[in-house]
Amino acid sequence: MYKILSKRTLGPKIREYVVEAPDVAKVGKAGQFVVLRLHERGERIPLTIVDCDRKTGGVTLVVQEVGKSTQEMGDHFQKGDSILDVAGPLGLPSEIERYGTVICIGGGLGIAPLYPIARDLKAAGNEVVGILGARSRDLLFYEDRMAAVCDQLHIMTDDGTYGRKGFVSDPLREILASGRKVARVWAIGPAIMMKVCSGVTREFGVPTVVSLNSVMIDGTGMCGGCRVQVGGEAKFACVDGPEFDAHKVDFDLLISRQRFYAEEEKCAVEKYLADKRGEGVAR
Amino acid sequence: MIEPKATPMQEQAPDVRIRNFNEVPLGYSEDEAVREASRCLQCKNAPCVGGCPVGIDIPGFIRAVKERKVDAAIARIKESNALPAVCGRVCPQETQCQGVCTLGKKLEPVAIGRLERFCADWEAAHEACTPAVKPATGKRIAIVGSGPAGLTAAGELRRRGHDVTVFELLHVAGGVLMYGIPEFRLPKAIVQREIDTLCRMGVRIEVNKVVGRVATIHELLCDGYDAAFVGTGAGLPQFLGVPGENLNGVYSANEFLTRTNLMRAYRFPEYDTPIKVGRRVVTVGGGNVAMDSARTALRLGAEESFIVYRRSEAELPARKEEVHHAKEEGVQLRLLTNPIEFLGDTGRVRAVRCLRMELGTPDASGRRRPVPVKGSEFEIETDTVVIAIGNGPHPLIPQTTPDLALTKSGNIAADATTGATNLRGVYAGGDIVTGAATVIEAMGAGKRAAAAIHEYVSR
Repeated sequence: MYKILSKRTLGPKIREYVVEAPDVAKVGKAGQFVVLRLHERGERIPLTIVDCDRKTGGVTLVVQEVGKSTQEMGDHFQKGDSILDVAGPLGLPSEIERYGTVICIGGGLGIAPLYPIARDLKAAGNEVVGILGARSRDLLFYEDRMAAVCDQLHIMTDDGTYGRKGFVSDPLREILASGRKVARVWAIGPAIMMKVCSGVTREFGVPTVVSLNSVMIDGTGMCGGCRVQVGGEAKFACVDGPEFDAHKVDFDLLISRQRFYAEEEKCAVEKYLADKRGEGVAR
Repeated sequence: MIEPKATPMQEQAPDVRIRNFNEVPLGYSEDEAVREASRCLQCKNAPCVGGCPVGIDIPGFIRAVKERKVDAAIARIKESNALPAVCGRVCPQETQCQGVCTLGKKLEPVAIGRLERFCADWEAAHEACTPAVKPATGKRIAIVGSGPAGLTAAGELRRRGHDVTVFELLHVAGGVLMYGIPEFRLPKAIVQREIDTLCRMGVRIEVNKVVGRVATIHELLCDGYDAAFVGTGAGLPQFLGVPGENLNGVYSANEFLTRTNLMRAYRFPEYDTPIKVGRRVVTVGGGNVAMDSARTALRLGAEESFIVYRRSEAELPARKEEVHHAKEEGVQLRLLTNPIEFLGDTGRVRAVRCLRMELGTPDASGRRRPVPVKGSEFEIETDTVVIAIGNGPHPLIPQTTPDLALTKSGNIAADATTGATNLRGVYAGGDIVTGAATVIEAMGAGKRAAAAIHEYVSR
């Protein structure tokens, strides 16, 4: 059992948990992930590590409540409660080096896994330009944490309620078009955002890393459910990634494979919400 | 006068069992077991014992069954085999103990596997005996992987008084016995019972422990373990490498079976993990895993389930009994058929393009090589495909132990008798060494490695 040391709300349906998992906290690095399972009937949920506290054994995770399991986690798992299973760290760590100037782009929930990468790149001596994007002001989080590790920070919202109105690819294109020398770009967020950013950096020939969140079960190389096409080859996001060279990734296949269980996910959410309403009546 | 045929075992009828995940063969009653035990000739040379990878005293336990001393029979089995309920169900006895049974030369061999299963199930229904453990030696052994090889090694070492910890990266112990072999062939409660026995003996099992990442093999040895055994299995699914294989609806057998067995997707949405099976399921491959997948598909509600295999029925690597069960349940074999492409519609597989094959001259494996028939392309309509053509070595330990010697195929290079690797104090056995093989062969390797580890730490 893995105890929830703290829980706070970062935005509507976005919560940050610190879970006590000392094994993971001791060695977990930026770019890696854990797989957690809430209870006996739970599914295995891969979540990228945001932060590891070697002293307290706490592992920080950010969860967006989109599916049944994540909603259940938000509703029923409070500070002091325990999660049945947490396994990790899994996947390969980000390749942190001194590159020069790097751009770190986080879209939506992608800001969470992006933060430790930006932090470690800064610590390694890079000049870090951050670009954060969200649909709307209330969905944007970690601005303060990112500001602390970035030399410049651009904020974008789709609806213009905060920062500039537009997409993360807009400032990316402006920076690259200005002729500024950028050694590497990290782009983490929804598949379509990563695809668009990858298209922009390809034009300018800037090496780009994306973190792929494909559907997976075990997270250790055994099911192959997370396979993605990279440079014409099938790769497993769990053991060969999750980070890959963006310019080689077949994003359309990723998007298609991410949607395969959409119907089942919808059914599970509806059932969960119906049960929740039923419980409410009973009480 | 010896009964020429083995005593049959009751089974669930095919039309009933394809609607449930319960076990297919139902086991012997005591009278049936005694009747079958009476067929044993009690040969002095006991070829069956030599045919058993863990060397069970087969005539000894069968004699006890015949005398209705089932407690003595199970104790005799457990001297050599820590997982009799598992082996009685999934061992390929026809090529091992029963394959060399003297009776089998003229009549049907003694149904040794069924008798072993009877004894194990009898024990489960009574008070379980916990094998005796020698006084503590103070030596600590790390077992990496809790499949058949690891569990066997753990039991053998614990019995000798060592302090044994088993590390498993999934959330339950048992490895392929839990995630791979279906409930209808090996009920998970039975595997759990065998694991519980090990725990009662004092074996510690740590799940969710990703050795290689949270601690490398070297770190375990520096951290106070006197030796380590690696039994991490053949967990990496292989694909055909043909176009369209990444379409939605194309599963590896590992994923298809893991969703069903380990995650209980057949009870979605009561359990959270879903699976999509569709109406027509095509399984590619001819081994036990392919049969398991094709039969699982029927139970998940598929209307038709096909096995596509490039050689003929005689070359099917699956056990005869599994092929028989699959056919009884309505699995359709498409033999001498080789898939060359998966065709899709809006991202989802809709057909398999195949070539007809014929058998040519024998290849390196001694089996006749399948060669394509020119112009024989045809399509099989499908909405789910399961690729069951084998597994490579699980990558994590080789990836994180750079100085560990590997074979060309990426398996761990280990001594066939002792399991010793090139690293001092590190032993390996089971599928991670041999490539995908059987449960009992992995157990045999675990047992031999345990003996070698015992000798090593006792020096």
